[in-house]
Amino acid sequence: MSADRRPRIAVVVFPGSNDDRDAALALEALGGEPLLVWHAEATLPDAGAVVLPGGFSYGDYLRCGAIARFAPVMGAVARFAAEGGPVLGICNGFQVLCEAGLLPGALRPNASLSFVCRDVDLVVENVDTPFTNRCEPGEHLAIPVKHGEGCYFADAPLLAHLEANGQIVLRYEDNPNGSIGGIAAVTNEARNVLGLMPHPEHAVDPLLGSADGALILGSLVDAARERVPTPA
Amino acid sequence: MRATVLVRPKPGILDPQGEAVESSLRQLGFAVDEARVGKVVDLELGDGDPEQAKADLERMCQQLLANPLIESYEITVTPR
Repeated sequence: MSADRRPRIAVVVFPGSNDDRDAALALEALGGEPLLVWHAEATLPDAGAVVLPGGFSYGDYLRCGAIARFAPVMGAVARFAAEGGPVLGICNGFQVLCEAGLLPGALRPNASLSFVCRDVDLVVENVDTPFTNRCEPGEHLAIPVKHGEGCYFADAPLLAHLEANGQIVLRYEDNPNGSIGGIAAVTNEARNVLGLMPHPEHAVDPLLGSADGALILGSLVDAARERVPTPA
Repeated sequence: MRATVLVRPKPGILDPQGEAVESSLRQLGFAVDEARVGKVVDLELGDGDPEQAKADLERMCQQLLANPLIESYEITVTPR
């Protein structure tokens, strides 16, 4: 495959993002062409997908993701999502997407109050998304988490809706943070926006202990390639 | 005028910070049944129309200061 068949994927950089470059390296290793986009940009470059990376945007002031959602670039991200473009939020990116209303629910401090940093076992609940196409139904993935506020919350009616509508995409086998329903990843109604607390970008090479994250990010690269007709 | 916004975790929302405070207070020998930890935001607002200020504060809470899914808020406005 020649380099010009690499789909462009925008990776947004907020002040306090710290996994932006890991995400970019992983996407590049999986055949994408990552483009780092500073949060102050009002537009996105022409790209087939957007990633909001992990970190501590704006120091997690007020609530995680609460300030980042007002970054100029977020208007463009919302428009990209409304047009059906795939948007992946990892960890802090998940928090930002929830605060921005692009994903349902909210993330709260871990039930243990402890920062958790370890590999977790995840079960794939829905493979019919641009983020899990490469997975098998019920497949187990080993991907690390590292967060203090990853306790997913949805009230009872919302949770019932998410369950019935297949919007729960990944669940923890052994819940590390107290998330309701063991939810590790949720998608929006249209299935083109996904947030997950685990870090697939830290698990794309067996040298790092697991390459299971490549199934998630590789699916995203596929989706980006389908979205943007790449030049010959 | 000055406004104070109290933001609280809604009833039923797990508040591990509150639980930690509660258990520490018990260790100190205080009879505490429950502690919940929220936030205070103090705002200086100039001397506009108090009714308009209250409407603005309501929108501030809805849009930024609280996450209505998990937090409740209480607004108090005091003349300077």
